[in-house]
Amino acid sequence: MLKDITLGQYFPGTSLVHRMDPRTKLLMVVVYIVALFSAGNWISYGLVFLFLAFSIKISKISLKAITRGLKPVLFIVIFTGVLNLFFTEGTHVIFSVFGITITWEALERAFFMISRIMMLITGTFLLTYTTSPIALTDGLESLLNPLKKLHLPVHELSMMMCIALRFIPTLIEETDKIISAQKARGADFETGSLMQRAKALVPILGPLFISAFRRADELAIAMECRCYQGGEGRTKMKLLRYHRLDLITFGVGAALLAVVFTLRAFGM
Amino acid sequence: MSQAIVVEDLAYHYPALDADSAPSVFEDLNLQVEQGSFVALLGSNGSGKSTLAKHFNAILLPSGGKAYVYGMDTLNEDDLIAIRRNVGMVFQNPDNQIVANVVDEDVAFAPENLGISSAEIRRRVDHALQQVDMYEYREHAPHLLSGGQKQRIAIAGVIAMEPQCIVLDEPTAMLDPKGRREVMETIRRLNAEKGITVILITHHMDEAAQAGRVVVLHKGVIRADGTPKEVFSQVDMLHELGLAAPETVELCYELNREGMELPLDLLDTESCAQTLYECFKA
Repeated sequence: MLKDITLGQYFPGTSLVHRMDPRTKLLMVVVYIVALFSAGNWISYGLVFLFLAFSIKISKISLKAITRGLKPVLFIVIFTGVLNLFFTEGTHVIFSVFGITITWEALERAFFMISRIMMLITGTFLLTYTTSPIALTDGLESLLNPLKKLHLPVHELSMMMCIALRFIPTLIEETDKIISAQKARGADFETGSLMQRAKALVPILGPLFISAFRRADELAIAMECRCYQGGEGRTKMKLLRYHRLDLITFGVGAALLAVVFTLRAFGM
Repeated sequence: MSQAIVVEDLAYHYPALDADSAPSVFEDLNLQVEQGSFVALLGSNGSGKSTLAKHFNAILLPSGGKAYVYGMDTLNEDDLIAIRRNVGMVFQNPDNQIVANVVDEDVAFAPENLGISSAEIRRRVDHALQQVDMYEYREHAPHLLSGGQKQRIAIAGVIAMEPQCIVLDEPTAMLDPKGRREVMETIRRLNAEKGITVILITHHMDEAAQAGRVVVLHKGVIRADGTPKEVFSQVDMLHELGLAAPETVELCYELNREGMELPLDLLDTESCAQTLYECFKA
């Protein structure tokens, strides 16, 4: 049951989006989010949507995978929609029952908010779907590199992120094992009140934490044995380089932002 | 021949608040390991094998006496990196040694730490993966591989430093028979073809029998040191220390107790079977 977690899932591939430099993709996600939140009308909104649709198309990620990513946030999406539908003031009333009034303005706004959330999530998912966690941390480290001058532990942070990602499957497997072991000794995780179920989790967390600390200790020794001394003087096997593809992508991103901002400036 | 590791009058106490009450693992231990040899280190739990091994690459520092690695004193902090790149270490649980979530990235970890240029790292990583026969898995995620494969990745991660010596601390303890065979074959090949000194800590007597020299440690004292034939023929001593001889020797030992007169230095099944056959024929 724990194996279904799609957190930061990566689909290996060779599409244009896969081949982009991770830094390009990270920056484009930022550009995309800015554009999405700056878009104030349906024209610029449509442009952002087109940009997303085009990115999905060239990434060759199946629509099924995209919709699966949206499933966990379905509740928030519906909630936002309903809230906006009932609580937006407007003049063009569609109908009114039991004191609840639904207006055209509310309908438009609800649709607007729902699509914005869905586009936001889909766009960021596209990043993790097409970029391996290692490439992502490498890109992040390289982008944050200037902050090293401010004595921010950039290398340490990216190393921690990398190791955390590496140990997610290991710890999930371990949790499954502990749950089975506790079940075999009569623990009950499926029935009872919420409080009782929360209490039943304690015998899982205890062993899990102990083994995580033990693993951390062993990993630290193993890393020391392999001459790890922090980021100082460390080199990389896979160097990040911008290619023509990245330049073109930056061009597209800049154009998108320019159009959205211009439309906004003219109050459209 | 030159000595890879020399341990002189080594003493080690676990760190404790009160120095007098600190439990000691060994007092005055002496051991020399020749460059290019294959040494198996045996001993029951708590005999100090792993503690001793951690002195070979300065993970632990002696409380008394000296440990020299290729002539370098482990107490000298300036030589730390030079010592560790010459003596690689592989541990029991492969899951806890793998740093990255792609195989080649993990093998690249050590050379990256050493500040080697990226083209040279690539060459070393490919070479290391070919040596452990895992080259075709270089793009895989380690957690999807079998135990034996993961352990071979861990070995590759160590030989990418191009060490002269590898210390393996029960590398096969968590593996199934197939994984054990794969790992042992890799270790033997590295020793025979590349001339890498191998120090293997193990609980499996048949693995120790493949070494050129066997050292038996008990409560921090070396109780036996010699070729596998010399050590394993002392069956009574091994039993007393809570160890066993390889199965072939144990069989001959049991038969001798029933009044037969068999030699106790038959380490492989073939020669044991042959001797038994001739013995029964006579």
